[in-house]
Amino acid sequence: MPRASLFVPCYIDTLFPEAAIAMTRVLERVGVDLDFPRSQTCCGQMHVNTGYADDVDHLVRNFLNVFEHAEHVVAPSASCVATVRHMYPDMAKRSGDPALIEAVDAFTPRVKEFSEYLVDDLGITDVGASFPHSVAYHPACHATRLLGVGDRPLQLLRNVAGIRLKDMPRANECCGFGGTFAVKNAEISAAMLADKVADVIHAGAEVVVASDNSCLMHIAGGLQRQRTAVRTLHLAEVLASQEGVPA
Amino acid sequence: MSDARIPLPFHEAAPRALDDGQLRRNLANVTSSIREKRAAMTSEMPDWEALRDAGKAIKEHTLANLGHYLEQLEASVTAAGGTVHWARDADEANRIVRDLVRETGTRDVVKVKSMTTDEIHLNEALAEDGVTAIETDLAELIVQLAHEPSSHILVPAIHKNRSEIRALFLEAFDLDPSELSDDPAALAGAARRFLRERFLTAKVAVSGANFAVADTGTLCVVESEGNGRMCTTLPDTLITVMGIEKVVPTWRDLEVFLQLLPRSSTAERMNPYTSFWTGVREGDGPQTFHLVLLDAGRSATLRDEAGRDTLRCIRCSACLNVCPIYERVGGHAYGSVYPGPIGAILTPQLRGAKQDGELPYASTLCGACYEVCPVKIDIPSILVEMRRRTVHKERAESRLPATSLIDAALRGAAVAFATPRRYEAAQRLARIGQAPWVRKGVLKNLPGPLAGWSDARDLRAIPKQAFRDWWRERDEKQEMDA
Ligand code: SF4
Repeated sequence: MPRASLFVPCYIDTLFPEAAIAMTRVLERVGVDLDFPRSQTCCGQMHVNTGYADDVDHLVRNFLNVFEHAEHVVAPSASCVATVRHMYPDMAKRSGDPALIEAVDAFTPRVKEFSEYLVDDLGITDVGASFPHSVAYHPACHATRLLGVGDRPLQLLRNVAGIRLKDMPRANECCGFGGTFAVKNAEISAAMLADKVADVIHAGAEVVVASDNSCLMHIAGGLQRQRTAVRTLHLAEVLASQEGVPA
Repeated sequence: MSDARIPLPFHEAAPRALDDGQLRRNLANVTSSIREKRAAMTSEMPDWEALRDAGKAIKEHTLANLGHYLEQLEASVTAAGGTVHWARDADEANRIVRDLVRETGTRDVVKVKSMTTDEIHLNEALAEDGVTAIETDLAELIVQLAHEPSSHILVPAIHKNRSEIRALFLEAFDLDPSELSDDPAALAGAARRFLRERFLTAKVAVSGANFAVADTGTLCVVESEGNGRMCTTLPDTLITVMGIEKVVPTWRDLEVFLQLLPRSSTAERMNPYTSFWTGVREGDGPQTFHLVLLDAGRSATLRDEAGRDTLRCIRCSACLNVCPIYERVGGHAYGSVYPGPIGAILTPQLRGAKQDGELPYASTLCGACYEVCPVKIDIPSILVEMRRRTVHKERAESRLPATSLIDAALRGAAVAFATPRRYEAAQRLARIGQAPWVRKGVLKNLPGPLAGWSDARDLRAIPKQAFRDWWRERDEKQEMDA
């Protein structure tokens, strides 16, 4: 039986627990033995990306301690996984601590985004989900460009019973969130969001799906403010959905 | 860069640009069409990725041996009859060019489009001697006539439309409105008549360079209109100002860059005009050639491990065209000769003015720039590193315990996230503390910097149960069941 440890980023833990719960259900359904190390807190993404990497060195060490013995670490957030895989090595290097550098290098490849883990490590693209709705998939920037998850989420979505996938114009364009960018450069962020919302509506789907709650939070924020009927769901929520147990 | 006239900081200029509907439409049109074309032009190349790797490798090798290749370049240019000058900074470069122009006694200089001479504000420096430098690239001419800086590396007048250009030409060329329509061909014709006269009379031309070949001493300029070639062939004296990072070791290396550059920049298989010149040749072209090698912060950038990669840039502007921020605010908002993603990392390094510290924040780190860069500069990672430096600088300069509310919040969060106990306490506190802003389950009118968020977006209130609480509850239940 495959074993994995759940890494549930702070904002998902706090704001979007349903995404992590859905991920848990999907992984358990396909037979993964899961644990959730409760001593985890935050990977430090927001700090690192805002220029505060030096304030959160301790989070890198925490993270390594928490997941030290994990076979695989799986998270429902591409951007947090990208922080661990791409930023931790730089931070370790800057610390000048050879033990930390070595530990980070050895550890980070085991940290996987949800769709990577399903498709690459488990070799599963059909999780037995059913979701009879029209869906537009938003390829989150950090998922596609930083992690290179490619079409793994789409492979998973295509095997969902009853789903109708809709094309979205300019799907690859950033929604304008960018973490603290959304408050530091709020006007530009809002302008980008307005265009994304227009593209979502143009796609004509009932639901927007992404593999990161950060983009979804942003897109939902715009969709809701404009009183549209489109809802947002994390990829895991769609995959968790089954006949009789809808998302 | 020494620059007395530093424009508005980004956070003030960007919202103004956003409000300019005409600018937004022009930018959206141009960037979206060039994006599509670039994608087509690069995807038809089976070895595009290999070319990018080669471009990166050649630049890395050259930069690692920059001193050697620059000395080789100096020797080859000198052997071919040119004169090489070394300029530590913008002032020194300007002084060299001013002296050279003064020696010729001319008052008119024609210019080939060049970022480097914009960077050092050469035109303004020449004007102090009463010398007029006419930009001969059509788009550069347009922004020059409008007394504006260019807003795009490659398409300097991207922010202007036809009717605006017509108005400028009517005034500058002293034409009757009946003589000029806003038809692109008519506009180009008017500019051509104006420029021809300049080409035929100018004694001195000033250019930049896209590449300089160390082993032959050959300079290269890549362009679309042919006006650059007029400048590099007709006048008696040619002065080229070039950043030291533009050197490549051999002719063979151009094979890589002359494929990468046009496809990345104008989305063409080959640009219409590629001019090469090597020193001087009696009876053919300029009889005097000067090459000014400009440092202006580049060797400092080269010494810096994190910033070094920035110097690989071949100024193709692909990163601007795909940047969603650039597409919304245009080039002027960046307040620098180098706008967009490359500007956001290059300007703080080369100019380093106080306000440049905010430029690296003009990005969502979406990575679109890195995806297209022909020399694979990892711009997002450099942006993050430049942000780290901004934070350090702001802290060093501030005597307050925090430099801003965001700074205070992030410092607090770094402490709160240190242990699970504190983290969970903060989580509970947020759940209770949100109450004043919750309306029907939605967070509205948030305070402080968060207002930037809630001005345009809703946010669902923090739910009662965090994932970790759900997990524990389930664990306990399972244990009880067992
Ligand atoms: S950074 Fe890369 S994409 Fe941007 S202008 Fe330079 S070479 Fe082109």
